[in-house]
Amino acid sequence: MNSPFLDNSLFRNIYCYLASGSDDCAARGYDMAILPSGLEWLAFALTAFIIINIVINAGLGAVIVYIWGERRILGRIQNRTGPNRWGPFGTLTSVADAIKTLFKEDIVPDEADRWLFNLAPILMVFPVLMVLSVIPFGVGTFVVDLNVGILFVIAITSMSGISVVLASWASGNRIAIFAGMRSVAMLISYEIPMALSLIGVLMLAGSMSLGAIVDAQDIPFILVQPLGLFVFLLAAQAETSRTPFDLIEAESELAAGYLNDYSSMKFGIFFLAEFLATIVASMLIVTLFLGGWRGWEPIPSQIWFAGKTVLVLLFIMWMRFSWPRLRVDQILALAWKGLFELTLINIFVTAILIAIWPEPSVTELLIMSAINWVVFFISIWAVSKLLRPGDYTAPAPREDRPSYPVATDELPDEVAYTGGATR
Amino acid sequence: MTTQVRTEPITVNLGPQHPSTHGVFRMRVTFDGEEIIDVEPIFGYLHRGSEKLAEERTYVQVVTLTDRMDYVGSMLNNQAYMLAVEKLGNVEPAPRGVWLRMIASELQRIASHLVAVGFLIQDLGAWGTPLIYTMREREKILDLFEMLCGARITNSYLRPGGVFMDAPAEFWPAMNAVLDELPPRIDDLDDLLTDNDIIFSRTKGVSVLTPEQMLDASITGPMLRAAGVDWDLRHRDPYDYYDQVTFERPLHTAGDNFARYWVRVQEMRESIKIIRQCEKLIEPGPVRPEHDDVPWLLRPPIGDAYAAIEHSKGELGFYLVSDGSISPYRCHVRAPSLINLTLLREMLVGELLADMFVSFGSVDINMGEVDR
Amino acid sequence: MIGLGLLKAMRVTLRNALKAPFTIQYPDRKVGIVGAAKEEGKSPIGLVATQPVTAAKAAMSMYSVPVNIPQNRRFRGNEFTWYEDRCTGCASCAKYCPLGIIEIVTSPGGFDVQEGESYAIDVFDIDIGRCMFCGLCVEACPYDALHMGSHFERSKYERDALVIPVDELRQALKEPSSWFRPQFEERDYDPFRDGAEDDHYKVGRHEKPSDETLDERWVEER
Repeated sequence: MNSPFLDNSLFRNIYCYLASGSDDCAARGYDMAILPSGLEWLAFALTAFIIINIVINAGLGAVIVYIWGERRILGRIQNRTGPNRWGPFGTLTSVADAIKTLFKEDIVPDEADRWLFNLAPILMVFPVLMVLSVIPFGVGTFVVDLNVGILFVIAITSMSGISVVLASWASGNRIAIFAGMRSVAMLISYEIPMALSLIGVLMLAGSMSLGAIVDAQDIPFILVQPLGLFVFLLAAQAETSRTPFDLIEAESELAAGYLNDYSSMKFGIFFLAEFLATIVASMLIVTLFLGGWRGWEPIPSQIWFAGKTVLVLLFIMWMRFSWPRLRVDQILALAWKGLFELTLINIFVTAILIAIWPEPSVTELLIMSAINWVVFFISIWAVSKLLRPGDYTAPAPREDRPSYPVATDELPDEVAYTGGATR
Repeated sequence: MTTQVRTEPITVNLGPQHPSTHGVFRMRVTFDGEEIIDVEPIFGYLHRGSEKLAEERTYVQVVTLTDRMDYVGSMLNNQAYMLAVEKLGNVEPAPRGVWLRMIASELQRIASHLVAVGFLIQDLGAWGTPLIYTMREREKILDLFEMLCGARITNSYLRPGGVFMDAPAEFWPAMNAVLDELPPRIDDLDDLLTDNDIIFSRTKGVSVLTPEQMLDASITGPMLRAAGVDWDLRHRDPYDYYDQVTFERPLHTAGDNFARYWVRVQEMRESIKIIRQCEKLIEPGPVRPEHDDVPWLLRPPIGDAYAAIEHSKGELGFYLVSDGSISPYRCHVRAPSLINLTLLREMLVGELLADMFVSFGSVDINMGEVDR
Repeated sequence: MIGLGLLKAMRVTLRNALKAPFTIQYPDRKVGIVGAAKEEGKSPIGLVATQPVTAAKAAMSMYSVPVNIPQNRRFRGNEFTWYEDRCTGCASCAKYCPLGIIEIVTSPGGFDVQEGESYAIDVFDIDIGRCMFCGLCVEACPYDALHMGSHFERSKYERDALVIPVDELRQALKEPSSWFRPQFEERDYDPFRDGAEDDHYKVGRHEKPSDETLDERWVEER
């Protein structure tokens, strides 16, 4: 494969600047060497260090800009102005917020399990940063192009569920425990439709590498895989716990869920991970469904990628600020009764189409997309029939309400509890 | 072989500092997983002793206390109190004052319902968007109040026998502009919320109360009408000039959270109709009786009186006992918020944690009135 | 079909997002180059040519213009307007205050424009830290000496500083609100438009409008 993508220009430039001993660098016209020969390992390590720094800092900078943008957009949707006091157009507001968060008192509750309490924020932010390493941001701008990229993404993002459970358990707070229970139920349920929705893309691209998937998109896969995008969009919202799936930190129910006892920069890290996860999710949507960095020529590929990401983020915000939250049982029902079936339909239809056209040309891809859009509307209509809340009739009064003892000041252990003791 | 997993209920104190308790309210809730198995409401955190304070103030000074009971419906509180004072002191109200206070209290009813709907949707987890929309409309009504009486929340507009001052000339065009703007905004609210599948599936069939249950607990207001009981004091026992205006009483049969929300949205439309009729019927004249008839220091004859109005939350009644002096001997408030809360346990037990605050919000309580 | 209502909701939010914001920015408002040029009294091009720094700040939305909140003339503001010449020291206001926050100390030997000989006022303190601005003191004043003010910016760092002493009341800028003063509205006085009213003869109670005048006015308003 002669894709320009396979040449990691970022790494090559820095490495060859430091140590130009290898033939590879010489062939590309690098003849300066800062480090003496024999220290190639040091050059390698330094390059890796620099790139990691670039990626992490770019990620954090993106979060700062994203928070400001989200507050402005929220303001506009709610007919307000949004932050505009501090800096040009209020851009320094989130910087001020970050500084304020840093200087707050760091409180660890007495009841907390100190080790796990401190570990949870780190576990939360680490997988998100790891995912950044496999995303191709443009021609030659990526950290590594894994040939199992999608598997890596799915595997590593599932760790965020663990950190939520850790945080809620370590806080020693009963309200946080609810968030932990919900996160186990929801994050694990949505792993499955999220993974299955990508199988159509894999079949079309014939590879798991994110770079190869971008290469394969002669027309954006949003046309060929509408069902896949639909399910992935909803599942990604759930995985990053945005409205209407934000029941892990549901403000009106659990105050702040698992974040209740976190303060200062630990709280900040959780928030950072959460916003970064949203950005990463939309970057994945761009890479997998919107043609990644591909675009028309004079504009550089990195700009195309960033522009598409912003568009997806805008759509997610719009959705988020328009709808209320679903209940926990409805969210699980949506995952298992709705999205799961949709992904199966998608896999089935795509497999048949691939069997007919094993190496599709652009025309054949367009025919496939027409068929897939028909399938998209029919299947969503059918599934929504299944999930329909039913016509509105006055429900009968509920006679089956259990009578339970009145809560007392005693500890829950001593409450005489008879129903549902075993499961 | 099945594994035996022992589970146990968990008791959580929700409140008084909780973002969704509409004030300082505390619930000691026992959960079985996400399901509520017991609720114990604990209130009194906002108790200010308004009823006792009323005993050492003159009849006019008590108006300022009623403002602060239900602070999203102060005009209605003033109206109920003034009706009781007029009944107690045999005051003949001035017609123009009565029309003005009807207009003011219907405007207040719209504002109060807007707050109720906005916060109910906020409890459902919407990102404040519907709340800000409803608050935006409420602001316009509060501006009208500022024009009318110089304050936005704590109005103190009403006096025994009428209002303290006629509406200024700029009030009428401003009010008409607001009333013209309101119906499309309510339609917007319908588009945004009533047809929304998420809200529909979240509120349908949740916390159902039957008419029998509610009548036993003497629950009134939109909650009762949501279960199909046609009980509206403006229609059943017309006070002021409500017998001269026509309006419909929106009823729903389900008695669940959605029905309570729906009834409130429809009542806003009816209030607009009532204000339009009042504007046609109002006549010039004095807005309060002469000082010789109703002195500032009112001394009603010995006796007692109870007067009730249809507040936006239910039947709001004031019971006043006079010993012939300048201040009431006893002032008791039949607060709809408190009485509508009595069935909280029946509403919540068996529901899920997520629906708890939605049901709580659908009662539309105000802690200032619950604790007084 | 599930989802149509959700799309409808998104349409409503989009329509609102395209509207102008309804926020009143207080105490100042960010303006662009055009607004800044208007504030500086120049044309936009002239502003860019003569004051490039100001123009750049305005372009980055860092130039702010003070904003006056639109108020109505009946607004019950917190600096009380008091005309000593009209006051007889009868202490009706102190008596009718539901919270008892007005302190009056008088001595014989004063002069009043209406009653002639009256009490001299030594202390007239209003503790607005506890005031709830119900305006009953103004309603009770038989000589129209006390009026509600029309402003609201009086926050202080200490509670004691919230007490308005008599000297401050004497020297204050007199911009009375028309709350319970129909004579102000009768002659169309608006403190926000007309500014201070120092003439204590003008603020007195005048003849009430007759029923015929009210009739005519009501017909005109229709």
